[in-house]
Amino acid sequence: MDRVMSNKKMIALYVLPAFMLILALIYIPIVLTGYYGLMRWDGIGAMAFIGLDNYSRLVQDADFWQSAYHSFLLALFSAASLIGYLAIALVLSGDVKGANLLRKIYLVPMLLSSVAIAQLWLKIYHPTSGVLNSFLTSIGGSGSVEWLSNTKIVLLAIFIPIIWQYAGFYILIYYAALKNIPSSLIEAARIDGANPWQIAFRVKIPLIANVAKVTVVLAIVGSLKYFDLIYVMTDGGPNGASEVMASYMYHQAFRSFDFGYGSAIGFFLLLICLVITWLIRKLTASGDDIQYS
Amino acid sequence: MEPTILAPRKFARLATHPLWRGAGVTTLYAILAIIAIIQVFPLIWLLFFSLKDNQEVFNLSPFALPTHPKWENYTKVWTEGNISRYFLNSVWYTAASVLLTVLLASLVTFALTRMNWKLKGPVLGLFMVGLMIPVHSTLIPLFQMFMKINLTDHPLSIILTYTAFNLPLTIMILLGFYQSLPREVEEAAVMDGCSVNRIFAQIVLPMTSSVVATTVIINMIYNWNEFVFINTFISSDHLKTLTVGIQNFIGQYTTDWGAIGATLMISILPILIAFFVLSNRIVEGITAGSVKG
Repeated sequence: MDRVMSNKKMIALYVLPAFMLILALIYIPIVLTGYYGLMRWDGIGAMAFIGLDNYSRLVQDADFWQSAYHSFLLALFSAASLIGYLAIALVLSGDVKGANLLRKIYLVPMLLSSVAIAQLWLKIYHPTSGVLNSFLTSIGGSGSVEWLSNTKIVLLAIFIPIIWQYAGFYILIYYAALKNIPSSLIEAARIDGANPWQIAFRVKIPLIANVAKVTVVLAIVGSLKYFDLIYVMTDGGPNGASEVMASYMYHQAFRSFDFGYGSAIGFFLLLICLVITWLIRKLTASGDDIQYS
Repeated sequence: MEPTILAPRKFARLATHPLWRGAGVTTLYAILAIIAIIQVFPLIWLLFFSLKDNQEVFNLSPFALPTHPKWENYTKVWTEGNISRYFLNSVWYTAASVLLTVLLASLVTFALTRMNWKLKGPVLGLFMVGLMIPVHSTLIPLFQMFMKINLTDHPLSIILTYTAFNLPLTIMILLGFYQSLPREVEEAAVMDGCSVNRIFAQIVLPMTSSVVATTVIINMIYNWNEFVFINTFISSDHLKTLTVGIQNFIGQYTTDWGAIGATLMISILPILIAFFVLSNRIVEGITAGSVKG
């Protein structure tokens, strides 16, 4: 067994194709992004080494920081909504009839392409024929809100479909984790006289702390690199009011042909995502995994 | 919205009273049902307006059923534009990437769980870190690389990129299953002088068919919906997929809601059908891919 399964040629044959692919298409590009970030370059002509100029420009670029602020707001919004998803999953994982069907229904938007979702929500937000303003009129509100061209509300208007898209995903993850808790533990708590709230807060939630940690990382990092819906629905507008880091990077590189500066933003985005992942894991690592059994 | 958040003891005691319990349960069901409606209603509304003409869209309530379903909206967009072309491109890029991803990921997972070699840890680590890398941090170098080797505006750039970026998740889903597989059969096969390739292809791969099916459907959904890469690497109209194709197509029909609705319905229909048939597998794949992280 050992001899057959230690054959170096066979191991290389099995591992190398996939490994070369992620090396060439994920890891080498990351290194190159860092390298291009040190250049002045329009993407076509020759590169000129300018050291950290792109980064000092980044630090002073108010437009970039505005987009970063929007990305962080989205991250905060997404992380806060996790509490709601957890509450829904707690209810759903109790003895709710049709829970299996409900969690699948919740998931549907996540399976659709961002372009389709964006186009659909453009219609929902349509000032005169959209379903949202019609609904507001029918309940006596003002039915003429310009959801996507008002700089004050565009950001919120763009966050809602993002939440709509991913809600089912997080509910599903919490639901699966809660269903994984051995029923004997919950039964034992009940016999000891714990009421449903105590069972939820003292037994269930501590037991799924690890999964909760993963969802916090997913929600925050996913928000910081978010791009699709915003690009299609508002393209960062009006006037940068819904620009986020990824869309700003895309505009700098593929619209303004400032590939050096775009690369610097891309590299900065990578660093933020990695640092934040590391930070969340570090901050939440202190509480040892609770084992009740 | 859900009382678990409040949690003081007084509420807890009240909640156990039969009368309150009945009211509480009704409220909870109502909340769960409202969320389900919010998640699905936009899609039903989309189906409605895809079957309307502009007369109905602009003059009647958006909640109204289509009076005479205009199926010709569908035949019009399918025959007039390039939608059928985009559709076929989506099918074949998706099929090729899924096949390549699942095959390469199975080979790597087999080597990681069955073969003996020293660099297992770091190689697995590189695959897993791949999950955290923002796509935008690789976009400019990938675009440059494909340009240099004349692969921009070529299906191969798309298929290879999709494969590379989906390998980490696919390996992660496969890994748990491979680790739980019994090894007795393989050990016996080695005793009988069976080669590694035959053990993989004729013993292990058939045993993993259920998890392979899960990874296939998850990969299919992600590739079908992908937007950033195809939008950046492909410029010829006849090579585009549905996600970018409908984006341009809708630009020409800005005021024809019926045509836009029909286009969107066509683009999401395959995913919805897959969901109705394979919802359990999809749920399994999504939870396996994140709960273990």
